[in-house]
Amino acid sequence: MHNPQLDVNGNLKHLLTIEGLPKRILNQILDTAETFVGVAERDIKKVPLLRGKTVCNIFFENSTRTRTTFEIAAKRLSADVINLNVGTSSQSKGETILDTVDNLIAMHADMFVVRHAQSGAAHFIAQHVPDNISVINAGDGRHAHPTQGLLDVFTVRRYKPDMHNLRVALVGDVLHSRVARSEIHALTTLGVPEVRVIAPKTLLPADVEKLGVRVFHDMKAGLKDVDVVMMLRLQNERMTGAMLPSAQEYFKTFGLTQDMLNYAKKDAIVMHPGPMNRGVEIDSSVADGKQSVILPQVTYGIAVRMAVMAILGGGQTNALQTASSLPSGGAI
Amino acid sequence: MQLPDPETLLSDISKEIKAHIAAHGAANCALVGIHSGGVWLMDRVLKSFQIKIDNGTLDAAMYRDDYNQRGLKAATKPANISFDVANKHIILIDDIFYTGRTTRAAMNELFDYGRPASITLAVLINRGGAQLPISPQIVGAAIALKINQSLQLSMDTKNKLHLTLEALNA
Repeated sequence: MHNPQLDVNGNLKHLLTIEGLPKRILNQILDTAETFVGVAERDIKKVPLLRGKTVCNIFFENSTRTRTTFEIAAKRLSADVINLNVGTSSQSKGETILDTVDNLIAMHADMFVVRHAQSGAAHFIAQHVPDNISVINAGDGRHAHPTQGLLDVFTVRRYKPDMHNLRVALVGDVLHSRVARSEIHALTTLGVPEVRVIAPKTLLPADVEKLGVRVFHDMKAGLKDVDVVMMLRLQNERMTGAMLPSAQEYFKTFGLTQDMLNYAKKDAIVMHPGPMNRGVEIDSSVADGKQSVILPQVTYGIAVRMAVMAILGGGQTNALQTASSLPSGGAI
Repeated sequence: MQLPDPETLLSDISKEIKAHIAAHGAANCALVGIHSGGVWLMDRVLKSFQIKIDNGTLDAAMYRDDYNQRGLKAATKPANISFDVANKHIILIDDIFYTGRTTRAAMNELFDYGRPASITLAVLINRGGAQLPISPQIVGAAIALKINQSLQLSMDTKNKLHLTLEALNA
């Protein structure tokens, strides 16, 4: 079956989900992100790759943090950025998604970053746009949030480069987390031999074992000897009914305290996609502690989003060129 | 075509680079290698020096003018410029000079780190075919090649340099 994220030459065309992305593309994104990490440390925090291109952040659902990181990433690539909070604009007047998108296409947008509460929204838009436009999924319902998954994997690789010898534990609300699925796919594709999930049964999807993970309902057993602890946020806003006893009760059983973290390897790193519920899923002393890499995750998030946009934004006029009219690789 | 020995060319350009540094003072100079061949050459030049000198590496992929045609190349390397570029006499090192477009991109990238006092371009071989008003000042050898010929520098596991000339399929 044709992968809608890849073009006919097997290059990345849209980024919709990590599922089904070949290892080659994952590595390309992570390696490219390495080159962008240093850009933020220079006098001029910009490279000219997307100069003259317009990136539209279309957010049908609010997410200030994700929108901001995409905006910074696009601006560091010299793109012009338009932010649309569609929830508060035309859609409330009755415009359909495709009408909104068509209007932006008519304004010569080059790339769409899409956030929507419905699973599949970014995929739907990607099928609709013309060939010269790329779509990046910035979170669709419970389905996927590929750049978050990629930045988490990038962070793991930076601190623990030997991915073939890692134990990684995801802790918390796997059921509602679109990040967890993205991460599990990316980690296993890149060769991490053991991915664990630690959560109460009510916060695990029914078919979780099918994702190739080991399931634990006890923190001490689940954290034993892991190299990486990835905390997930309790998604209160997506919960219905009585899935949890109470925040305090949850913290007692599944909250990450230093005592719990001591079951992991001594040099284990602690990650969290943010925003954190301090005192619910993670203790403040751990969040701000020596093993925490939560803020570096934010920094790397920009580099990873720059990498994705830089890979998608180039080569658009490739089809117009014949191979012989271009200089060969190597020294030019 | 008999190709020159790259080891001899390297030793020739090393001497010129040394003279250039002596003229400006080592503390005011820095070497910058362009990935990949330029970095190999720079590492060899640095090894042959007795003095310490600031140095760094560039890829220039993010500044290339063919991004819209070809996209970002797959194996870009991170830039590493950890010294202060401002007011430095910079010797930019590349393996083979051809169209001048890589040099243009590398210079633009350097200027995003600061305003250097000067930039001098040192290359192992100038193969002719410049498409921009840019030319190297320090040159190991000048060889006129045809457009369908590709000259590549490689390094073996013993750090020995090799040149290979290939015909491209048009």
